Amino acid sequence: MSVAASIARLEHVEKTYHMGDVVVEALADVNLDFGAGEYISIMGPSGCGKSTLLNVLGCLDRPTSGAYFLGGEDVSGLSDDDLSDIRCGRLGFIFQSYNLIQQLTVLENIEIPLYYQGVHTDESRARARELARRVGLESRLMHKPFELSGGQQQRVGIARALANDPLVILADEPTGNLDSKSGVEILNLFDELHSQGKTLIMVTHDEDIAHRSQRIVRLRDGRVEADARKG
Amino acid sequence: MHEKAEFTQQAFRRAFAPQRLWRAVKLGMRSLWLHRLRSLLTLLGIVFGVCSVISMLAVGEGVSHEAQEQIRKLGSSNIILRSRKPDEEKRPSTERSYVLEYGLTYRDLKTIKESLPGVTLVVPARIIRNYVFNATRRIDAEIFGTVPWYPEMRHVRLLDGRYFSEDDMEEGRNVCVLSSTAAESLFPIDSPLGRNVRVGSDYYKVIGVMEPESSRVGVSENADQPSASTLMRIYIPLIAAKERFGEVLMKRRSGSFEAERVELHEATVQVGNQRHVEETSLIIRSILKQNHKKTDYEIIVPLELLRAAERTKQMFNLVLGAIAAISLIVGGIGIMNIMLASVTERTREIGIRRALGAKRRDIIIQFLIETVILSGAGGIIGVAIGILIPFFITLFAEVMTIVTVWAPLVAFSISALVGVVFGIYPAMRAADMDPVEALRHE
Repeated sequence: MSVAASIARLEHVEKTYHMGDVVVEALADVNLDFGAGEYISIMGPSGCGKSTLLNVLGCLDRPTSGAYFLGGEDVSGLSDDDLSDIRCGRLGFIFQSYNLIQQLTVLENIEIPLYYQGVHTDESRARARELARRVGLESRLMHKPFELSGGQQQRVGIARALANDPLVILADEPTGNLDSKSGVEILNLFDELHSQGKTLIMVTHDEDIAHRSQRIVRLRDGRVEADARKG
Repeated sequence: MHEKAEFTQQAFRRAFAPQRLWRAVKLGMRSLWLHRLRSLLTLLGIVFGVCSVISMLAVGEGVSHEAQEQIRKLGSSNIILRSRKPDEEKRPSTERSYVLEYGLTYRDLKTIKESLPGVTLVVPARIIRNYVFNATRRIDAEIFGTVPWYPEMRHVRLLDGRYFSEDDMEEGRNVCVLSSTAAESLFPIDSPLGRNVRVGSDYYKVIGVMEPESSRVGVSENADQPSASTLMRIYIPLIAAKERFGEVLMKRRSGSFEAERVELHEATVQVGNQRHVEETSLIIRSILKQNHKKTDYEIIVPLELLRAAERTKQMFNLVLGAIAAISLIVGGIGIMNIMLASVTERTREIGIRRALGAKRRDIIIQFLIETVILSGAGGIIGVAIGILIPFFITLFAEVMTIVTVWAPLVAFSISALVGVVFGIYPAMRAADMDPVEALRHE
C-alpha cells in the first residue's frame, strides 16, 4: 500500500437536507482520506450520496458537520467567497454533461478558471492553447461546443479542469453520456493524467470503468460500505 | 485578519483590472448579441426615454427663453410705470360728454426723483394714438413722446439714422424716429430718412428707424391697444409732444365725445443698483398711492416678471422632467424584465461559472455589465436622436427649442443609472443561486 501524503481528508462528515418536514441524511459519518496522486472511483447505487460527496469534496456544498481538509486546510467552515477561491485555485471539475458554455469557443471555455483567477489574457490564451493541444483539440480552438462531438466536448471539459493545475480533479460520471469508443478515449486520458501524478476522484456506476482506477470507494445510504485499494 | 483584508483588497483590484473589465464587457456584448432582437427592443425603451427627456427639456427651455428675452428687454434694473384708465370708472350715464382725468403726473415723477436717491434716471413718455401720413399713405400709430436716452435704457436698437438728441428736445424740433414696422408701411420703397411725415397739421422730419418694441409683455392687454406685432410707433421729443398735442385728448366714441386728460402715459424709472429694484418699487408704490385717489396707474417690475418667469420655467421643467423620467423608468422596467428572463435562462451557465471559481460578485458584475451596456447604448442612441428631435420640432411646429449642454448629459446619466438600478436585482438573483442547484438546472 502506497503511503502518499494526504491531500483530501474527510472526518466524520455528515450532510442532511431538509425537504419540508422530512430530514434526508445524504452523508452519515463519512471518513475518507485521499492521498496525492491517487486515482479513486466512488461507486454506489442511485441516491447513495455519491453526488453529495462529490459536491462536498468539490467545495460546492458545505458539510452539515464534520471537517474537510483540503491540502491540509480545513475548508468546511469557509465563506462562500473563500470556497469560490478554493474551487478556482485548487479544484478541477469534469461533468457528465460536459457543462461547457455554449456561446464561448473551445479556447474560451478552457480559459474560464484562469479568468476567475485573474490571469492576464495573453498568458491564459497561451495556456489554454497548450491544454487544447494536450487533449488533441488544437484544430478545434475556435469552434463552439455544439459543433463538436460528445467525446471532443468532454476533452474540452478535461482541458478546462486542468487549466488551473488543480490539487484534485473531480469527475462526475465523465463517460456517462459517451459511446464506448469515446469513453475509452477519455479514460485513456485519465490514465495519462494519473501517470503524470494528478489526483483523480471519479464517480461512476460502471464496474469496468471503476476497475481502471486504483481504489474503489463504495457508498450505501450515505455511509462508506467498502474502501478497497488495488494491488 | 490583516492578511484577509489584504487578500480582499487584492481581489478587488483583480476584479476591476482594466483588461479584465474589458473582457467582461466583450463577453456581455456577445451575450446581448446572441439575442439581438430582444436586446434591441429593450434598448428602444431607453432610447425613447432619453429622447423624450431631451426634447421636452428643449421645448421648455425654448418657450421660457423667448418670454425671458422680452422681459429682459424692458431692463432688469428698470421699473416701468404706466397710466391706466381706472377700472371702477364707469361713464356717468347722464352726461353725454365729459373729461376723464387720470394717469401719472409730472408731480409723481418729481416726488420719486427727489425722495429716492437710488433712482438714477426717470424717463417720462407720452403716448398719443393718431394717424400718421406720408403724402397719402396713412397709418394708425402711437405717437411716443419721450426723452433722448429712451432707447438706451429700454435696450431698443436703432436700425438706421440716429435718435433725437438733447438739442432736438430742448429746441422742440419737429423730428421723429419711426419704428421699423411704421417705416415699412409709410415708406415701402425708399428710405424714410430725411423725409417728412405728417401728424395732424404738423410735419416731422424722420431722422432714424428703430427696431419694433414688444412692450406688452406681462401686461394686461387693453382692447384698444394693438398687439406687439402690429404696433407702429413714431418717437418724438417729449417737449414737442407736449407742445403739439396738449394734455387733453379728444376721442369720439359712439356719437358722444370723450376727452381724456393724461399728463404722462408711461415713465421708466432706472435704479442704479439692481439689488434695490424691489425695495424701490415698493416705495414708488406707496408714493403713488398717496398721490392718487384711484389706481389709475400700474407698476411693472421687469425683474419681478423675470423671476416669476424663471419660477414658471422651473415648474415647467419639473413637470416635463417628471413625465420624461417616467418613460425612462418604464424603459428600466423593460431592462429588468429581460434580465430576469435572461438569468433564469442562463442558470446553467451561472452554475458552471460558480463551480469553476466565480464569486458572487463576479456574477453580479457580469450581469450588471450587460444591463449597463443596454442602457448605456440606449442612452447614447437616445442622445443622438434626442438632439435632432428639437430641431425638427422647431422646423415643423415653429416652436423655439433650446438644447442646453446639460440636457443630454442629464438624460444620459439617468439612463446609465437606470441600468444600474434596474440591473442590480436580476444580477443579485443570479449571484444568489446555489451552485449545486444551478448546475442541475436543465
